Amino acid sequence: MCLAVPVQVVWVEGDQATVALEGNTRTANLSLVGDAAVGEWVLLHAGFAIEKITPEEAEETLGLLREAGDLSLETE
Amino acid sequence: MKPSDIGPTAHRIRERAKTLDRRVRLMEVCGTHTHAIGRGGLRSLLPENVELVSGPGCPVCVTAQRDIERMILLADLPVTVCTFGDMIRVPGLHSTLEQRRSAGADVRVVYSPLNALTLAMDNPDRDVAFLSVGFETTTPGVAAVLLQARALELKNFSVYTANKLVVPAMEAVLAGGSLLDGFLTPGHVSVILGIEAYENLAQQYRIPCVAAGFDPLDVIEAVAQLLDCLVENRCGSFVQYTRAVRPGGNARAREVMFSVFEPCDAEWRGLGTIPGSGLGLRAGFEAFDAAKRYALPEVDAPDPPGCRCGEVLKGYIQAPQCPLFGKVCTPRHPLGPCMVSSEGACAARYKYG
Ligand code: SF4
Repeated sequence: MCLAVPVQVVWVEGDQATVALEGNTRTANLSLVGDAAVGEWVLLHAGFAIEKITPEEAEETLGLLREAGDLSLETE
Repeated sequence: MKPSDIGPTAHRIRERAKTLDRRVRLMEVCGTHTHAIGRGGLRSLLPENVELVSGPGCPVCVTAQRDIERMILLADLPVTVCTFGDMIRVPGLHSTLEQRRSAGADVRVVYSPLNALTLAMDNPDRDVAFLSVGFETTTPGVAAVLLQARALELKNFSVYTANKLVVPAMEAVLAGGSLLDGFLTPGHVSVILGIEAYENLAQQYRIPCVAAGFDPLDVIEAVAQLLDCLVENRCGSFVQYTRAVRPGGNARAREVMFSVFEPCDAEWRGLGTIPGSGLGLRAGFEAFDAAKRYALPEVDAPDPPGCRCGEVLKGYIQAPQCPLFGKVCTPRHPLGPCMVSSEGACAARYKYG
């Protein structure tokens, strides 16, 4: 239940963002990380971005999830 | 870190374990780790003298039976009850949320507390209550939702709070006499708390703590780090999950959480009441407290007869040592919450061995 997955911000308005992972999108609330710009990566947990991460950090986690065949927004 | 790294890491663990030449018990305090250990078959990679035991790290599993009963009572009121998926199959004394739903109760599985808030906003004539279980990863989001509900002056939204703090439970496990040599601390809880949060505990009990990510490779690397500490006789708190855990954690998330919640005593399954281990709503949020709003009675609810979840959660026994494991109690017919949630120790052992 404490899982969080890396997602990329594709649209922002105030605290609301649309984030994407492997072509699937979802809304995310940014209030716990302050803000995030389009193109940035965040960790998404239960609808909230809980930390900003670099593209390299995101890629490392995504690589592990891909390996496990676990890569979807449902993972979180 | 790449999958090919597992060989050298496993080798390092074996070398360290030989040096130590004694039994080493490491506790994971995160359901995600429990799941990863099973999924990655990590037990089979470890030398005989290194044992992984599960702790009170699955939010569904640690929820007291009393809270489960009150959630089921809430579902029988004219209230739309929103919950994370794992909760609906947890057995109550006579029923589950899922069974109440089949009997006509309005129980909805949501992915985020935000979904519950939206439901309340869209249906002003309907009371909506969110069943809030979870550790520090999840609670800041619930707090953010409550701040929004208050700003909107929503009259039909409330939260049943059974949120818990991880560190007091780790301390309770040690104080209760569990013999442990190290903790794998939850990665995403640590994203919020920062690794500093474990330092007092690590020093007081002279025990190393490593915050680990959620992949089997993360966990095995963190086990190696714990063994490094033991060989070098170091205690303290360290981060394996460096690609997410920042120095100091996420202070903003903690600020949001503590602006809405304050520590309170809380009852844990198997561990009893632990002072300062829960989170209750602060003054000013009473209107959003489902227990108060619906005057939910204090119920006396014993744990399911024969179920040894409590001992599993304290690391006293491994799940298969419960006499009901796999016989009377299976994921299809779970007796206790540890067999319900995929992150529960019993469910993980049933699935992966
Ligand atoms: S196997 Fe079932 S009955 Fe036994 S401790 Fe686990 S959940 Fe409880």
